[in-house]
Amino acid sequence: MSKDTVYIGCGAGFSGDRFDAAGPVVETLARRDGPRYLIFEALAERTLAIAQKIKMLDPDTGYSPFLEEYVRPILKRASDTGVRIVSNFGAANPSAAARKIMEIAREVGCPDIKVAVISGDDILSVMGEDGIRAHDTIEGLEMGEDLVAANVYLGAEPIRDALAAGADVVVVGRCTDPALVLGPLLHEFGWALDDWQKLACGTLAGHLLECGAQVTGSYFADPGYKDVPNLAQVGYPIAEVGRDGSLIVTKAEGTGGMVSARTVKEQMLYEIHDPSAYLTPDVILDITGVSVEEIGPDRVRVVGAAGKPRPETLKATVSFDGGWLGEAEISYAGPNALARAELAVNVLKERCSMLGTNSPLRFDIIGTLSTHDGVDGALRASREFSGDGDYRVRVASQSFDKETVKRINFEVLALYCAGPAGGGGVRQDVTGQVHTASILVDRDRVHTNVSFAEHV
Amino acid sequence: MDRTVTVRLHEVAHARTGDKGNRVNVSLIPYVEEAYPLLLEQVTEKKVLALYQHKGASGVTRYELPNLPAMNFVIDDALEGGVNSSLNLDMHGKTLSYLLLTMEVEVPAKFALHPPD
Repeated sequence: MSKDTVYIGCGAGFSGDRFDAAGPVVETLARRDGPRYLIFEALAERTLAIAQKIKMLDPDTGYSPFLEEYVRPILKRASDTGVRIVSNFGAANPSAAARKIMEIAREVGCPDIKVAVISGDDILSVMGEDGIRAHDTIEGLEMGEDLVAANVYLGAEPIRDALAAGADVVVVGRCTDPALVLGPLLHEFGWALDDWQKLACGTLAGHLLECGAQVTGSYFADPGYKDVPNLAQVGYPIAEVGRDGSLIVTKAEGTGGMVSARTVKEQMLYEIHDPSAYLTPDVILDITGVSVEEIGPDRVRVVGAAGKPRPETLKATVSFDGGWLGEAEISYAGPNALARAELAVNVLKERCSMLGTNSPLRFDIIGTLSTHDGVDGALRASREFSGDGDYRVRVASQSFDKETVKRINFEVLALYCAGPAGGGGVRQDVTGQVHTASILVDRDRVHTNVSFAEHV
Repeated sequence: MDRTVTVRLHEVAHARTGDKGNRVNVSLIPYVEEAYPLLLEQVTEKKVLALYQHKGASGVTRYELPNLPAMNFVIDDALEGGVNSSLNLDMHGKTLSYLLLTMEVEVPAKFALHPPD
């Protein structure tokens, strides 16, 4: 009977998510009957290119830098209670990630687990740089000069196959986030790969879970408007999916946060463009007819997902070296702070002009709605802000020459002595950038493979 | 009871931003479902475009989800060249949902969380 419901929890919703989130999810899953899964979504668009660079330096790295922090606390308990793990934390090196998980498994006392590795997302190694560059980008942009990585978004099918082969842990590199959830559902329910309606339900379940606590009250709280209990202990989500495609969203027991119609609606539309056509490798999801209903405390039923046949092509992300981002800031506070901050901006503009750089520059006064503003400060000019206050001047610059952005940052440091009165708290940073573009790849160019990490 | 008030959208609806490339989407979800038709009338593509134009926005498409109910706005070119080249502190545009919530609307007081006296 319980086989008609699959329980899938999420332990991480992005590559920097909390390390202690999965514990309560696993404990809750341990108390459920039937197939149970834990997913970690830990691979942002740019993370993979950074991982690829790291792998070039050391072939035993290149997976999620937090793999151990996510896996070690829960691996034994998950293994003991039959909770299977599916994650994209393989990043640029799923095989090395699997070896690391086997090492952790030996140390925590579950050395016999089976760890599957899914390969095939790295199309740069198959098609070569020329093969990648032969494609037009979806964005209509020129590709960058220094191509670092090209990975296609895999779907749920290889995850299903890995689970059918007996995997306790499935390690993927690049796959769609919803596939982490749809894969287990395909395996447990045997849904056909052209049962578009069911695939749509599973994909919607995955979409709601993929950002972790964003569906359970985090990234939602707005005091006095959307109050959330115990946000610091927010519980991570669990989906209960039925064989018929029914879907209930709930969360780990004994945690903070909440699951309400509102939290589910916000996450449902997150990163959605045309809601009638959310493209995945598995199905085109249509959520225009979806409705939600609160059926109990922290329990929301979601109905009405529709599916259309999957796209002919697969989307891939191509990553390029993006040069350097320079950022430097200085604070002005108290009487006439805004005028002093504006003077600092004008001084910086003149100094940067004297440097003769043609790097893109941006000048902000933080405290004047700067993140809502455009490049030219039009919003700041059109509004009234308090002359007294706590303002922070920021300069951002971009260049492929690291020395150039360091030189521009230095102009902010110089304001300690050479700028307007009372400037303090200079911070400066130089960050390597990765640029990305998207291409569409023929399905027959992509070959996935499932293998198992060896026991040693 | 039927008193009409002018309030910011923040009093009437909640929102979340997501990004892809140089596009952002901003959802708009009324707190009171009955407010949805009024928001459809007042929160138009044209008005939303005007709100984001200083950021370089070139177009807005509004999608309707009547069963939630909610709207989804897709705003083109609102990220100053996109996440690849934006020098905005918030390169993803995550704070931009709260820019939409600054738009003023006229609604019956019962649709606002904190209606003015």
